[in-house]
Amino acid sequence: MSVVFTSLWQDGSQEQRNKLRFLLTASVLLLCLYVIWGDQIFIDNEWHESCSGRKMPVHNPATGDLLCEVEEADTEDVDKAVRSARTAFQLGSPWRCMDASDRGLLLNRLADLVERDRLRLATLEALDSGKIFLMAYFVDLMATVKTLRYYGGWADKVQGKTIPVDGEYFTYTRHEPIGVCGQIIPWNFPVMMFAWKIAPALCCGNTVIIKPAEQTPLTALHMACLIKEAGFPPGVVNVLPGYGPTAGNAIAHHMDIDKIAFTGSTAVGKLVQKAAGDSNLKRVTLELGGKNPNIVFADCDLEYAVEQAHSGLFFNQGQCCLAGSRVFVEDSIYEEFVCRSAEKARNKVLGNPLVPGVDQGPQIDQKQFDKILELIESGKREGATLECGGGPWDRNSLFIQPTVFSNVTDDMRIAKEEIFGPVQQIMRFHSVNEVIQRANATHYGLAAGVFTNDIDKALTVSSALQAGMVWVNCYNAMSTQCPFGGFKMSGNGRELGEYALQEYTEVKAVTIKISQKNS
Amino acid sequence: STMLRIVLSRTLPRISGISNCQYSAAAIPVPNAQPEVHYNKLFINNEWQDAVSKRSFPTINPATGEVICQVAEADKADVDKAVKAAREAFRFGSPWRRMDASDRGLLLSRLADAIERDTAYLAELETLDNGKPYAVSYSVDVPMVVKCLRYYAGWADKWEGKTIPIDGDFFCYTRHEPIGVCGQIIPWNFPLLMQAWKLGPALATGNTVVMKVAEQTPLTALYVASLIKEVGFPPGVVNILPGMGPSAGSAITSHMDVDKVAFTGSTEVGHLIQQASGSSNLKKVTLELGGKSPNIIMSDANMAEAVEQSHFALFFNQGQCCCAGSRTYVQDTIYDEFMERSVERAKSRVVGDPFNMKTEQGPQVDEEQFKKILGYISSGKREGAKLMCGGGVAADRGYFIQPTIFGDVQDGMTIAREEIFGPVMQILKFKTLEEVVERANDTKYGLAAAVFTKDIDKAHYISSGLRAGTVWINCYDVFGAQAPFGGYKYSGNGRELGEYGLDNYTEVKTVTIKVPQKNS
Repeated sequence: MSVVFTSLWQDGSQEQRNKLRFLLTASVLLLCLYVIWGDQIFIDNEWHESCSGRKMPVHNPATGDLLCEVEEADTEDVDKAVRSARTAFQLGSPWRCMDASDRGLLLNRLADLVERDRLRLATLEALDSGKIFLMAYFVDLMATVKTLRYYGGWADKVQGKTIPVDGEYFTYTRHEPIGVCGQIIPWNFPVMMFAWKIAPALCCGNTVIIKPAEQTPLTALHMACLIKEAGFPPGVVNVLPGYGPTAGNAIAHHMDIDKIAFTGSTAVGKLVQKAAGDSNLKRVTLELGGKNPNIVFADCDLEYAVEQAHSGLFFNQGQCCLAGSRVFVEDSIYEEFVCRSAEKARNKVLGNPLVPGVDQGPQIDQKQFDKILELIESGKREGATLECGGGPWDRNSLFIQPTVFSNVTDDMRIAKEEIFGPVQQIMRFHSVNEVIQRANATHYGLAAGVFTNDIDKALTVSSALQAGMVWVNCYNAMSTQCPFGGFKMSGNGRELGEYALQEYTEVKAVTIKISQKNS
Repeated sequence: STMLRIVLSRTLPRISGISNCQYSAAAIPVPNAQPEVHYNKLFINNEWQDAVSKRSFPTINPATGEVICQVAEADKADVDKAVKAAREAFRFGSPWRRMDASDRGLLLSRLADAIERDTAYLAELETLDNGKPYAVSYSVDVPMVVKCLRYYAGWADKWEGKTIPIDGDFFCYTRHEPIGVCGQIIPWNFPLLMQAWKLGPALATGNTVVMKVAEQTPLTALYVASLIKEVGFPPGVVNILPGMGPSAGSAITSHMDVDKVAFTGSTEVGHLIQQASGSSNLKKVTLELGGKSPNIIMSDANMAEAVEQSHFALFFNQGQCCCAGSRTYVQDTIYDEFMERSVERAKSRVVGDPFNMKTEQGPQVDEEQFKKILGYISSGKREGAKLMCGGGVAADRGYFIQPTIFGDVQDGMTIAREEIFGPVMQILKFKTLEEVVERANDTKYGLAAAVFTKDIDKAHYISSGLRAGTVWINCYDVFGAQAPFGGYKYSGNGRELGEYGLDNYTEVKTVTIKVPQKNS
């Protein structure tokens, strides 16, 4: 994904570069004049203060500045939101009676509004999450618009079946919405995750209570404004900024929420699953962590593989569940690969995410920052070779040097735990069978990459890897049409694509006795 | 007017936030009865061109019989040009072939937006050229066009192939590829809507199109061509040729470089198309042809509803519908009352200037149809059916015919067997369920059918037993872009609309790759 921007900047026409300059100027202007449209809780298409009267601070991770304070939702606010979502879901409500094609039209209108506010949203996203502004603009916002449009198209295509059952019966299925869906999203792609969650849910006719991450609530609240503007009926989408242990916990345990979808850490994923078991057996989909293998064979295009492996790890400050954080390189090209990878990492430009040419911003917060540094130290201690980086970028900020470790062995903590930061592990392998076995020796199973020009190796490895996505000669090649989700402890269910629709529908089989059956 | 209310309530079954503001009757603007014609040439490669022969033909306002304008007349040489453009646009590596499927969808969405923007103008032009009431053009035809295009826009990036667990050490998948250059020949009864039904699935799946529009009604299709260019379809993807069937139409169906032909029109011409495919390159053929659709009224039906819907089923669009309910079978115990109320309803039908908002029925499309219908009415009288109302010409100029009802119609009469395509309703009497299913199926056609009953068993028995591509229960002419439409038997081949519509524009390619070792 980062390639998109880099090539636009480096190889793009003068006109394209001028456009980028304009965008940057405009975003900096917006930065000076930025207006946050929503800083409250959005329930029933209205803005509410928190029942507790509490607010939470929202910071710019690049500077540590306080951006604003946002109303903090807790259990009582969740109860209010659930009541509103339940009313919106009642039989006979405007939302339930609406033509499916009109639900699609609403999603398309929302996409139009996001497109209109793309610059504002990208600026807000960069400020709030510290991600590179141009990435936010070109990657996150584009994916948001496309996801909304894609599911806009599905709304009137979620088709039941008529089924040739035995006996004198006529049987058909209705694909009905599940009901009130709780959705809890992370801070690494705030607006994009928002779209991934609400689009399939709304397309199928559900109502939603969504909790954005406490670090990054601002774009979600802006989306709430647009949801109202697009014309969604009250109560269909409710947006509650808040913390996991309070608001998130209330959603996960709620007896009147029919389904929960969570994206975040595997540790919290377990809590969400348990909460469903402890409460009303709500349906659970989880999109969790990864320790994704990226396998590079000697017969690949080396320079390209180095570049893809680099962006596969360092994209978004390494804060991706998909990050290719175990790079397995065939021994005959190992030294060369390590050397080129370290050089690439050393050339990375850190700085203010709004400045052009900067390609790595700060980590999201102090907690993540500390955790990443602690894992880097463990790598040094356990004997990995530090090729570059290895520490904070400067003392008073949340930036971390792009770090590459070589001679990493499978038992080291940096080879087993999700780091979620700009730290690349490069391992050596000899044979196809060995690398398959090692790549799969993890409790994660989200994504994987393989670089080779040999069709047999490509197909063998991609079949054998236990991962929800396998990229061959590419990495992070995601699109809204293509399902996304994890094997094993990386999650449960799939997002995006047609597959996501089944996570937001209940199938009802209706069987009618008839007087005489005929084929 | 009652009919308009029915039509509106059909497109707008519920008051939902969105639809309400778009389609409410109050929002219909006063029409300009003399809309300016902007385009009257051939549209090839995104350019306006004269016919190679330099010939043109007049298009007539059927309400007055007057010439609206001259239109360039495509012939074989023009078809060849258009096919070349479409072939070039379909070349491997062309912008159209390389385009993301989602972007094809976006172009179709933009086309829908542009048509929606120009709803009033397009409705005026449609009414001028075709004679259908403006209120209907505005609130039925154009909105359905918009919905159809939006529907297929959504399919573009959802038309998925499969990976298939075949036996042996192989990896197997299918690609759903476009067929190629598609010839499409459309009729004059719903010019805009038929254009959308044809373009939507063809373009969503990535084909290129050479479309011949009916010589009676070329104007709206040409305006839509200008919108196709405006929204950014690459040159050659859609080519639109006004022309005659025996010349331009025949050139398309016999063309050796057209990969598929889709035709909507008469069964008679459908035969010719299938033959032409056989004698040329075996191009794929889909046909949507005539009908003599049974509409069955059981004695337990809601009488008022059944009378109104049966009236609508036949008289909608001046009776010019392939799915018109032209054999109304009424159970004997309610026959007399149904007849009386149907006649009363037909007599109250407002026939006249299609630009008048009160008008329910405009003129027939041209003199040929007008005469043909009058001929059928004479045959009905001659063969002993009982003329209950109407039966003649309704105005001293234009092609207006009185709403006509025949009672005591017998299955063997010409008016009970042949497609009339005009405002002439046949009412037949039946006794039993088994009898009416057999009689309803005793036709070479099999397009649509309906049954009105409150009894769930009867509804299922009849809907299973009828040999028809569409069966409506307690409703008629309910069309959604989402639901497939097409005929059994002589009524056609293939289905339009819905997901099924995509099949007819797709070649399936199976790719099988040897792998060293297969695993589940």
